[in-house]
Amino acid sequence: MDNILEVEHLKMYYCGKVETVRAVDDVSFHVERGETFGIVGESGCGKSTVCKSLVKMMPPPGRIVDGSVRYNGRELTTLSEGQMRAVRGGEIGMIFQDPMTALNPVMKIKDQIYESLRRQKLSKKEMYARGVELLRLVDIPEPEKRMEEYVHQFSGGMRQRVMIAITLAANPKLLIADEPTTALDVTIQDQIIRLIGRLKEELGMSVIIITHDLGVVNEMCDRVVVMYAGHIVEQAETRELFDHPMHPYTQGLIRSLPRAEGREKLEPIPGAPPNLAAEIPGCPFADRCARCTPACREALPPLREVRPGHLSACVHDDLEVSV
Amino acid sequence: MKVKVTARGGVRRLSLWQRSPSLVMGLVIVAVAVFVAVFPQLLTSADPYASDQAAMLLGPSAQHWFGTDNYGRDLFSRVVYGTRIDLLIGLGCVAVPFVFGSLLGLIAGYYGGKVDAIIMRVLDVFMAFPFLIMVIAIVAILGPGTRNLLIAMWIVGWKEYTRLIRSEVLVAKQSEYVQSARTMGYSDLRIMLRHILPNVISSAIVYAASDIVMCMGTAASLSYLGIGVEPTTPEWGAIINGGKSFINSAWWITVIPGAVLAVVGWGFSMLGDGLSDLLRADTH
Amino acid sequence: MEKLNYILKRILQMIPVLIIGILLVFALVRFLPGDTATAILGDKARPEVLAAYREKMGLNDSIFKQFIVYCQSLVRLDLGDSTQYNMPVATLLASRMKVTVLLTLMATAMTVVIGLPLGYLSGIRKDRLTDQGIRSFALLGLSLPTFWVGLMLMLIFGVQLRWFSISGWGETWIDHVKGLFLPALTEAIFAASVIIRNVRNNVVDVRGQDYVDFARCKGLGGFRVGCMHVLRNAMIPTATLLSIRIISMLGGTVIVENIYSLQGMGALLVGAVSSRDYAVVQGAVLAFILVVLAINLLTDILYSVLDPRIALK
Repeated sequence: MDNILEVEHLKMYYCGKVETVRAVDDVSFHVERGETFGIVGESGCGKSTVCKSLVKMMPPPGRIVDGSVRYNGRELTTLSEGQMRAVRGGEIGMIFQDPMTALNPVMKIKDQIYESLRRQKLSKKEMYARGVELLRLVDIPEPEKRMEEYVHQFSGGMRQRVMIAITLAANPKLLIADEPTTALDVTIQDQIIRLIGRLKEELGMSVIIITHDLGVVNEMCDRVVVMYAGHIVEQAETRELFDHPMHPYTQGLIRSLPRAEGREKLEPIPGAPPNLAAEIPGCPFADRCARCTPACREALPPLREVRPGHLSACVHDDLEVSV
Repeated sequence: MKVKVTARGGVRRLSLWQRSPSLVMGLVIVAVAVFVAVFPQLLTSADPYASDQAAMLLGPSAQHWFGTDNYGRDLFSRVVYGTRIDLLIGLGCVAVPFVFGSLLGLIAGYYGGKVDAIIMRVLDVFMAFPFLIMVIAIVAILGPGTRNLLIAMWIVGWKEYTRLIRSEVLVAKQSEYVQSARTMGYSDLRIMLRHILPNVISSAIVYAASDIVMCMGTAASLSYLGIGVEPTTPEWGAIINGGKSFINSAWWITVIPGAVLAVVGWGFSMLGDGLSDLLRADTH
Repeated sequence: MEKLNYILKRILQMIPVLIIGILLVFALVRFLPGDTATAILGDKARPEVLAAYREKMGLNDSIFKQFIVYCQSLVRLDLGDSTQYNMPVATLLASRMKVTVLLTLMATAMTVVIGLPLGYLSGIRKDRLTDQGIRSFALLGLSLPTFWVGLMLMLIFGVQLRWFSISGWGETWIDHVKGLFLPALTEAIFAASVIIRNVRNNVVDVRGQDYVDFARCKGLGGFRVGCMHVLRNAMIPTATLLSIRIISMLGGTVIVENIYSLQGMGALLVGAVSSRDYAVVQGAVLAFILVVLAINLLTDILYSVLDPRIALK
C-alpha cells in the first residue's frame, strides 16, 4: 500500500490560559496516493482544525501535543517553520471555503499567482505565461485580461477557480480542500466539484476533501472518515459507509440528508456538539444519541473493525440499521 | 452579568478591575480631579491671585510646593484653583456639542433623505477645515475671553457626535425593535428618544471622554497663545503662557501645570478606553 | 480611466466646500461687532479716514455686490493689505507658506514612520507585553497637550542638551530640517498615537482574515505576509484617518510655530488675530482652506491607489 499521508494519534489542543480545548483528540488516518479522501462532520467538530494542523497552521494558542504526521514518509510535526513553509508552498496545497475572504482584495490576481510561483525561481515572463496557463487550466475565460483584475471583479464560482489556480501554481501533490463548495451557489458547486475531480486526474494529485455535505462525499470520495467532537467516530470506503453506516452519529447525518426519492421527512440530529473545553469521560456523542446506555458514559469507545475495512467507535456492536 | 468559564466548567464573576484596569485607573484620576475642583480650599490656604514681591520666581519648596511665578503668586494654589476652571471648560466645551450634535445625528439618521443630505453637507464643510483654525477664526470675530472661547468650541465641536450617532442610527433603524415600535404607531419623537437613542448613545459617550481631553487641551492651547481665557485667570494654559518667558530660569512654571493637565487628560483617556472595552465585551 | 473619473468627481465635490469657505471668510469681517470700518481701523481713526476706507472697500454697497467684488479680487490674487506689516497680504502669505507646508510634511512623515511600525508591532503582538507597552505609550501620547509637549521638547533638547536650534529655521535645507525637527516631532507625537491605535486594531482584524492564512499556505515568509497582506490591507482605513490628522496638524502649526518662533502661516494668523489685522486673518484662513483641500485630494488619490475597489463604489 502506497500512502502519501499518514496521521497517527494526532492531538492538537488550544492551550489557553483559562482552559484547554481538545480540538483534535487522538486522530489517526491515512491517505493513499491518488485517492480522494473525505473528512465529514458538523461545523465545529474539528475537521478543518485537523487539516490546519497537518501543515502546522493552527491559530494560537493551538499546539500539537502529541502524534505524528508523515508526508511521503517524512515526519512533519518536528519540522521548523522554515522547512514547513517549503512544504506548504510546494508539496501540500490548500483551498479555503470562502474565496471572497481567502483572496487578498487589494492585490491583482496575477500577483497572487506569482506569490505561489516564487519558489520555482521563474523569470517575469515565464511567471506570466504560467499564470495564464493556470487560469486556462481552471476554465477561466480571457485569462490574459483576468490576470490584471482584482477579486471583486470576479463572480463567486470564478473566485473559487482563481483560488484553485493559485494553489495549483505550486504544483502540490496533495490538495486539501476545506469546504470548497460551501460558500457557492448550488449550480456552481457541481462545476467546482467536477473541476477538482478532473484536475486530480490530470495532475496526478491526491485530494483531501473536508465537508459537512455528504452529497459531496458521495460524489467525490474514495474513502471517508466521520469526525465528531475532535474524534474520528467512523471510517470506511464511501460506498460501504453509505450502505452500512455503523455509528449512530453517521446514521443521524445520513438521515438528515434531503433525498430525491421518497418524501420521508428530514430528521435533524437533536442537540449540539459538546463543549470541547470540558472533560468528557465517555462517548462524546452520548448526550445526543438515542441509543445511549450507561456503558456509553464510562469510557471513550475505541475505533474497532466492525466489518471488513470498516471502523466504528461505538460500544454497541450490532447497530447496523437501515437508514 | 459578566462571567468567565474556568477550566473545570465552574463560573466566577470578574471584578471591574479584571475586566478593565484602565477604566478603574481612569475613574480614580478623574475622581481625584473632581474632588480638587470642588474643594480647592481644603488643599491650599494660599490665595491664587495674591502676588508677593518678596517671593518672585521661587523654585518648588516646602512652603511653595510648585514654586512661585514672576508675580510671586503661589503656583500650587493656582494649579489647584485652576482645576475647577479647566474641568468646567472641558465639560462646558463637550456638553453642548454632545447634546446638539447627537440630536442632529439622530434626526439625520432617522429621517434620511433631504434632511440627512443637508446636515451631512454642512458637516462635510466643517470637516474640511482644521479645528483649531476655525476656533481661532471665530475667536477673531468674537474677541478673546472664556465665554467666546466656549462659543467657538461649540460651533466647531458638534460634528463628530453627529457623524457617530448618525451611523449608529442607520443600523438601529433596521432593527426589529424599531420596526415593531413603528408598526405600533408610536410617534417619531417617541421612537427616536425612547427606542433608538438609548441604544446608540454609548458610542457618543465614549467619544465624549476623549473629547474632553481634546477640549481641555485646545482651551489651554488658546490660553497659551493669549487668545483664550483672561490672562490673570489661574487656568493651566494661561499659567504656562505666563511662564514661557522664564522657561530657562524657572522651568516649574511651565512644566508642572502641563504635567497636571497631562495626568488629568490621561485619566479621561483611560476612562474612555475602558468604557469602550466594556461596551465591546458586552456586545460580543 | 475609472480612477481618473473618480478623481475628477472628487475635485468637483470640492467646489461647493471651496465656495462656502470663501463665503465664510468673506463674512468674517462683516460679522465683526459694530461698524466694520471702525473695527478694522480702530476706534481712534478719524471719520474722513473711515469714510475713505468704506468707499475703497465698497462697504456702502449691497452685501451681494461686495461679495462679487471680493471674489473678483480673489481671482486677481488681491487679498488686501496688512495694516500691521503695510504690505499686500498675498505677498506676506507667499513668504510664510513654505515654513508651514514643510513643517506639516515633516510632521506627517514622522507620524507615519512612528505610527505604522509601532501599530503593526502592537497588532501582531496582541495582548502581549509589547502590545500593552505600545498601547500605554499611545494613550499617554493622546493625553499630552501639544503646546506643552512642544515646550518640554524645547526645554530638554533645545535648552538643556542643546541638540537642536530652537529659534528660526536657518538658511539651508539642512538647517530647515534641523530647525523643524522638534516642532514636527511635537505635532507627530499626538498624531502618531492616533495612528498607532488605529493600525493596531486594523492589524488585529486583518490577521484574522482568511487571505492571510491562505497567503501563509502558499509558503510565504512572515515578512512578506506581513507587508503584502496584513499591512497593505490594514493601511486602507488608516489612510482616511491620517488625512484627518494631517489637517489637524496643519491647524497645530498655529501653536508650534508660536513656541519655536517660526515665521509661518500659523504664527501669522495668531499675530493677526491679536493685532486685529483682519485682511491677514482672512487671507490666512483662506490659505489654510486651500491647503486642506489639496491634502484631501492627495488623500483621495492615495486611497484609490491603496484600494482598487474604491473606483467602483
